[in-house]
Amino acid sequence: MINIQNASFSYDGVNPVWQDVNIHIASGECFCLMGPNGCGKTTLFNCINGRLPLRTGHVLIDGKDVRDYSTNELAKVMGIVYQEHSAPFPYTSLEVVRMGRTPYLGLMGTPSRQDTEFAYHVMEELGIEHLAGKSYTQISGGERQLVLIARAVCQQPRIILFDEPTSHLDFKNQALVLETVRNLSRRGITIVMISHFPNHVWNIADSAAMMNYQGIVVHGSVKEVMTEENLTKTYGVGVKIYRTVRDGKEICFCAPDL
Amino acid sequence: MMEEMKSSVDLSSIERRPRFWHWLLMALAPAVLLIVSLFMGRYWVPPGQVLAILADRILSVFGGGLPQTWPDAAAISVINVRLPRAVAAAFIGAGLSASGAAFQGMFQNPLVDPFVLGVSAGASFGAALAIIWGLDSFGIQLISFACGLCAVAITYFLAHVLKTTPVLMLVLSGMVVSAFFQAMLSVIKYTVDADEKLPAITFWLMGSLSNVTFSDLLIAGVPYLAAMAGLFIVRWKLNVLSMGDMEAHALGVNSERYKLLIIICTTIITSVSVAFCGIIGWVGQVIPHFCRMIVGPDHKTLVPATMLVGAAYLLVIDNLCRLLSTNEIPMGILTAVVGAPIFAWLLRRTRGGWN
Repeated sequence: MINIQNASFSYDGVNPVWQDVNIHIASGECFCLMGPNGCGKTTLFNCINGRLPLRTGHVLIDGKDVRDYSTNELAKVMGIVYQEHSAPFPYTSLEVVRMGRTPYLGLMGTPSRQDTEFAYHVMEELGIEHLAGKSYTQISGGERQLVLIARAVCQQPRIILFDEPTSHLDFKNQALVLETVRNLSRRGITIVMISHFPNHVWNIADSAAMMNYQGIVVHGSVKEVMTEENLTKTYGVGVKIYRTVRDGKEICFCAPDL
Repeated sequence: MMEEMKSSVDLSSIERRPRFWHWLLMALAPAVLLIVSLFMGRYWVPPGQVLAILADRILSVFGGGLPQTWPDAAAISVINVRLPRAVAAAFIGAGLSASGAAFQGMFQNPLVDPFVLGVSAGASFGAALAIIWGLDSFGIQLISFACGLCAVAITYFLAHVLKTTPVLMLVLSGMVVSAFFQAMLSVIKYTVDADEKLPAITFWLMGSLSNVTFSDLLIAGVPYLAAMAGLFIVRWKLNVLSMGDMEAHALGVNSERYKLLIIICTTIITSVSVAFCGIIGWVGQVIPHFCRMIVGPDHKTLVPATMLVGAAYLLVIDNLCRLLSTNEIPMGILTAVVGAPIFAWLLRRTRGGWN
């Protein structure tokens, strides 16, 4: 459970990037945060994961302030998946996933045989065991993103945060990553995801919030949040939502009204 | 969750782990070379005498001994000259290589060497200062060691911004500090007596193990071994640090704390190395690359592998220094002459991309 209470943040101590942020994310929920570039989404993301200190208010993880967790303690509760990046050394994908065991190893420890087997087991669960022996630097961007997700799962966290996990990926890999995120959500892991694609919210989210340069525009269930009015207000361009029914399921998507 | 699962495949086909004979070879090489070094030198001691001298020394530990069948000079040569020198070569090779591997991981860059934070420039300046003050060799080592530490401390505090030390800031600060100490060294070289002191400074900087004694090993050995143990202990964290500060935080690693610890350990190792035997380039950079080709990039195995291979490498180099010509060749020259072509070969083999 994540509780953001009366939060505000400022880099210079004077001008707030955003303020009066109150967001409640229930245990097991899948939450998406949307907003235009530069509105402070990633700043909020880094306050939730404890890297940046709030100016006012609290981020409570299971009732305890995120800044009161030690780095190691937090890594057992919360996994973080950043945008995919390359490594300077050609570790195998299995070696990268195995790094997720680090919070359990202590100061001097190195991963055991059991840790390696667990890492492989996680890769099997996510259906990427074929990547295990391949060099992390030579697989595709989408595959790298899946390996990083496996690494976060390997930490056995209750919460996983995603910072725009699909932004550099092609159509198929976006779908693969989204499907993986949805499966993790179904396993009961609390998901917080920053997304550039409003359509993804309908795909996976239970609740969502929109943010623009003035702060949080709206926060609530997907139905409440995903309206033409809110999208237009958030992004500053006209947006139309299209609804259709296929195989008895309502499908929504939006597009800018050009 | 971890107890329930069963291993579904044989992971040994996926994992890139060095085989047993790799380790055996890597561990035997420095041991064999160390012993071989005792038999080699300009002063000829017959192999039988070397063995007898060694046996005598080992037996004397248990209160025994052999009747002396060798000249005193032979015993001095083997025990007081060759042995400490070979031990120093092995440990400096191991330390510089492990430091290089640690820095390459920490800086997320396979091209840095262990002197990147300015330790060699600081230590050279200190040595030059001690030489113009006319200090003895212990004084030179001490001042050189202290200046090496100082240079790295300045680099670290220059790079420290907002409670963090970004690796880019560290590299840039290291360049600044190196440039400053090199300039100060040039000032000394320019103003110093050109007939006597200047050659002493120049020769010192080129590096040599010729003056290492047992008491040197005892004084420097404790902090040096502690620093090497430190690097060995945190070797797994190097994998995590090499992914960057954000990723390290996500994996529960306080990267600032580990960076400081690694910098302290490598600085002790490199300052001691430079203080004892001058600037030995092309070891801390080349050996980790070479080892990565054998055991892979995982620092869990890479760090011990660099220690063993580095020790063997510098033993070979030191023997060549002693034997190739009638006058001893400075070690820094030979490591560059041998190291640069090896590096070129590695560069070709990996086609520039270290991946």
